[in-house]
Amino acid sequence: MNFITFPLQLIAIVFLIFAFSRAWLRAKEGSIGWGMFLFWIFIWILVLVAVVKPELTTQLAKRLGIGRGVDVAVYISIVMLFYLNFRSNVMIENLRHEITRLTRIIALGQK
Amino acid sequence: MRKLLVIIPAFNEAKVIGKTVAEVMTVLPKGTSVLVVNDGSNDLTGFEAKKAGAIVINHPINRGLGGALGTGLYWAKERDIDYVVTFDADGQHDPEDILKVSEPIISGNADVVIGTRTKLGWGEIPWDRKIVLTLSNWLTWWLFGIKTTDSTSGLRAFNRKAIEKIQIKTDQMEVSNEFFYEIKRCKLRLKEVPIKVMYTAYSRSKGQKNSNAFSVGVKLLLRLFR
Repeated sequence: MNFITFPLQLIAIVFLIFAFSRAWLRAKEGSIGWGMFLFWIFIWILVLVAVVKPELTTQLAKRLGIGRGVDVAVYISIVMLFYLNFRSNVMIENLRHEITRLTRIIALGQK
Repeated sequence: MRKLLVIIPAFNEAKVIGKTVAEVMTVLPKGTSVLVVNDGSNDLTGFEAKKAGAIVINHPINRGLGGALGTGLYWAKERDIDYVVTFDADGQHDPEDILKVSEPIISGNADVVIGTRTKLGWGEIPWDRKIVLTLSNWLTWWLFGIKTTDSTSGLRAFNRKAIEKIQIKTDQMEVSNEFFYEIKRCKLRLKEVPIKVMYTAYSRSKGQKNSNAFSVGVKLLLRLFR
């Protein structure tokens, strides 16, 4: 057991339990669809594997020719952030459209 | 006699809306209505439009060009309107051109007509607008597969079939390009008719900002994934 990384792993695992529970609660109350729930579970499982077995990221990095495991994690995180930003923008556009529809209903309802 | 509705979206156009409505009314056949969608203006746009004889719908908050046109088309869909012409409030169009863009609709040769400003008035379009317009035309072709000579024209005509089928999802300037997406999706017949263009300092200050071009492009991309 590595006494330096163990507390960090413990903190990461506690955070992941929290993240899993949030995804589960949001899916249960219907705030996110089951597709999005599975997406988040997949992401958190990947993070959990990287936390518990950090040597696996190094093996993956070697296979991809990147060098260090931590670099793989950073690259994947950047791609994920781009994707999530894109999804957020789509969601904002949908919300704007909903506001427009509401505005229209109010405007057409006025005498 | 077929019923025409002219839709004029307007945001803070109190200075010119009365004149625009009055000029449009002088060229229109009897029984034509002019609908001004007052898009949350902070000035007297709604009052001036009503005074000039238009029907006015007031958006309580500003939603942008797409939101205003969507409201106008929805209003037309709910009534026995045979065809619709959209017309800019800022005075850049010649009211006589309403009849020109209506002609292919009346004769049954098109479902949607775009009044193109590039065929008669390319020389009058400022150079910066030419660049934005060329990029916009190219983007429309690339994203939606339709070649057009004026993807940002505000003078358009729609027959009843188009009024019923078109579903606008964008709220702002990108609606001009979105119409082409809808034309393709609904398999509507498109025709372009050359129209005059009258750029004034006022119309330039009110129209689409060049700096918005990037934002329009991004929003059109997002539109594809909604």
